[in-house]
This record gives sequence, structure tokens and C-alpha cells, in this order.
Amino acid sequence: MDETAAFEKFKECAVEVLQVRPDQVTREARFAEDLDADSLDLVELVMALEESFDVTVDETELEGVETIEQAFNLISAKL
Amino acid sequence: MLLGWGPAGPEGGQAGLRVAITGLGVVSNAGIGLDAFWEGLCGPAPEPGPARPVTGFDPSMWFGPKDVRHIDRSAQLAVAAAEMALADAGPIEVDPERAGVIMGTGVGGLATLEVQVGVLLSRGAGRVSPFLVPMMIANRGAAAISMRLGWRGPCETTVTACAAGTQAIGNAARLVASGRCQVAIGGGAEAAITPIGMAGFTNMTALSVSGISRPFDRDRDGFVMGEGAGILVLEEWGHAVARGARIYAELAGAASTADAHHITAPSPGGIGAAACMELALADAGIAASAVGHINAHGTSTPLNDIAEAEAIAKVFGSPGPPVTSIKGITGHSLGAAGAIEALAAVLSIVRRSIPPTAGFVTPDPRIALDIVAGAPRACTPGPVISNSFGFGGHNGSLVVAPS
Repeated sequence: MDETAAFEKFKECAVEVLQVRPDQVTREARFAEDLDADSLDLVELVMALEESFDVTVDETELEGVETIEQAFNLISAKL
Repeated sequence: MLLGWGPAGPEGGQAGLRVAITGLGVVSNAGIGLDAFWEGLCGPAPEPGPARPVTGFDPSMWFGPKDVRHIDRSAQLAVAAAEMALADAGPIEVDPERAGVIMGTGVGGLATLEVQVGVLLSRGAGRVSPFLVPMMIANRGAAAISMRLGWRGPCETTVTACAAGTQAIGNAARLVASGRCQVAIGGGAEAAITPIGMAGFTNMTALSVSGISRPFDRDRDGFVMGEGAGILVLEEWGHAVARGARIYAELAGAASTADAHHITAPSPGGIGAAACMELALADAGIAASAVGHINAHGTSTPLNDIAEAEAIAKVFGSPGPPVTSIKGITGHSLGAAGAIEALAAVLSIVRRSIPPTAGFVTPDPRIALDIVAGAPRACTPGPVISNSFGFGGHNGSLVVAPS
């Protein structure tokens, strides 16, 4: 899967779980400030991403993840 | 409503501040909103069936898309009814530290718990929603209301099965009567029409086999599952008058007792229920003979209705004042039932009419009550007593009086 396709798939998960518009899910978007997502939302998003990409993310890996870019990199590094 | 008892009981107890009922909100299978609800109560009984869900409830009218996913239906119903009650009450300026929320519920977010147990079994613990706990906790409805309003006084939930809505309103009223709160929301909410909820009530043989709710009828065979939410805005009398609020009625008395007898069966002769009604009347400072009508718990189960009838006969004599049970229409909405019924009691004072007991056709020879049936009965406004009894032996009674 190339990166563009992977990001589109990532975006679909974010739109579904965070109930935001697709155009809000930019790489720079911050979870708290831009997407109104708190830590529980982030956990739910990661669960959806784990299912969608068939990867496993440890809870400790989420520390410091504040933007879409950081979350996407975390997933894409495992592909 | 009393704040303290005397050494010998409620007689000579200390009277509290008067409690005005200034706002009503209801989400019910009989109707959403006061007019639809009342029409539903006075209309024909629904088709037979094991459950009567609320239809036409659109959570997106009250919540954004994320909250629709992350707030269980039971709390959604609570918030919607609270918003409707506050809109009905008109603009209230209140010190947020002196504004409280007391809700009642039987179980809370049962649908959420059930879905997530399914996730646990089918996909493993790692896939259980991080929102399970905040969605299933029984206090979520009260918390959601206080967060929405910014009310920072007492915010608590009474969990006493089918007595919860009634007892929550009593507890909320006491906060106002004591002066602790200038305004308090009291009510109940329930949404337990789920596969596991239905299975549990079915297998304990509480649900009607015929699917017909017919309180006090000879052929009654159990209750029909309902759901919904009812909310009363309770306000210190002087506070309500000062802002020019419309006062529907006075929350004049409340009582709570326990049977201490059996987890599901009422105490023989309804003695716990009778004690509760007597204390509610004493709390309100009125004689049994002054009661205009009784809004009964009347679930349509063989055991409840006979015990409640015996309790009513003990307190009021036979046949006593007119008795109605709206559960012929609404079925039994568990922790919401008492709140929805208190609301019906208020409306019957305002509308000078007692809604009939739908489904009641054949009198039970063992029940010597004046059951209002067939059509609404015109009445002169008088105090109404509203009863609720819950598994666990919990008894709650409210006295609502014309203002």
C-alpha cells in the first residue's frame, strides 16, 4: 500500500470515529485543538486503525501523540 | 414538605421551604412533549406486544454526532427531557452552586454494556470501547445534565429499581425545601428494552405473556416493558414567584420506605407501601380524606396490583379516592416510571382530568378500588399521591398539590 492510499484509509477511520469532516483530517491537525478529540477518542481511533491496518499499537506508543501526522507515522511504520 | 421530624415522628416536624413545580419535560412512548404525552395517555392502548419503545426520538436534535455515539440512549432521553423541562420553565437565573440534579434510573446504560460484552466475547478485551464505562454508569444522565447546564450543586443518582424516579424527585425536592438549592431537577430515565433486559424480565416471569398491560384487571398477567424519561423542575416558591414563573403545582410531600421482606415480592398486605403513603401524607400535612386521586404504581403484575390495592384500602378505606395507572398505556419504564407518572399527576391537576387506566376491563373481585377506566374522568383539582415500588422492596410516594 502506498502512502497516499494508506493516508486515505487512515482518514476514513478518523472521520468515522471522530465524527469530523474529511477536509479536517490534515496531517497538521491537532487532536485536541482542531478535532475536539480527547484521550478516549484517541484510544478508540487507534483501535479502529489496528483493525483496519491489521497492526498492533501498544498503549505506551500513544504517549506524546498530538497530531494526525504523528498518529499516521506510528501506523505507517508498522506496515 | 418536612425537613426534620419530631421525637415521636413527622408530627410536629420542622416545615421546609415550599417547593414549586415550574417546568415539565417528558420523552415517553405515549408521546414526546406535554401535549402529545397527555393525548397518548387519554388515547387507545397500543397493540399487544412485549415492549413499547419510544418512537420518533431523534438524538441529533439534542446532541452532536460524536455525543450521539458516546452517550447511551438512557442518558440521551434524560438530557432531552431535561432540556424540554427547562425550556418549559422559562428563563431561570440561578446561582450555579445552588442548582442541583437528582435523577433516578434502574440500570443506566444497559444497551452499551450488552454491546460491549458482545465485543469482548467475539473480538477480545482489546476491542472493548474506551467509552464503555462513561456510557454505562447509572449516573451518566444526571452528570450529562449538570455538565450541560453548568449546575454545580448536588448531582446524584438514585438507583432503586422501579421506585427510582419517584424517590429521585423526592430527594430533589428536599434539596429545595432545605434551602440548599434554589432550583433542582428531579426525574428519571430508563432505556432497557434490549435483548438481555427482555430476557431477564421474561425469565423471572415478570413480563406479560399476552403482551397486554392491564393494571388492576382480573386477567392481568405481568407488565409490558417501557422506556423513557420524565423531568420536573423544582423551584423554591419565593424564587419562582420573584421571576414570575408559572407554577403548575406544589411538590407538597414525599416519603421513602423499605419492605425489608423479599427481593421481588411486595410485603404481605402491602404494609410497606401503606407506610410509605401515610408518611408522604404526613410530610405534606394533609389527611388521607383530602386526596383527590391516586396515580398508582399499578404495573399489571398479579402481585404488585393486589398488594398496592390492599395498601390503598388500608390508608384510604374502600373504595377510597379514584385510582389510575398510566402503565396501561406506557407499560413499565422502570426507573423512569415514577417520574413520568409524577408528571402525569401534575398535568391531571392542571387539566382537571384523570387519565384512564387503559387495558382495565374486568374488575378483580379481590380489588375494591374505584379504578378510572374507559375514558378520562373530570375532577376538581386536589392533592394527588403518586406511588412507585421497586425490586429490593423500595417504596416511594409523592404528594402533588394544586398551587
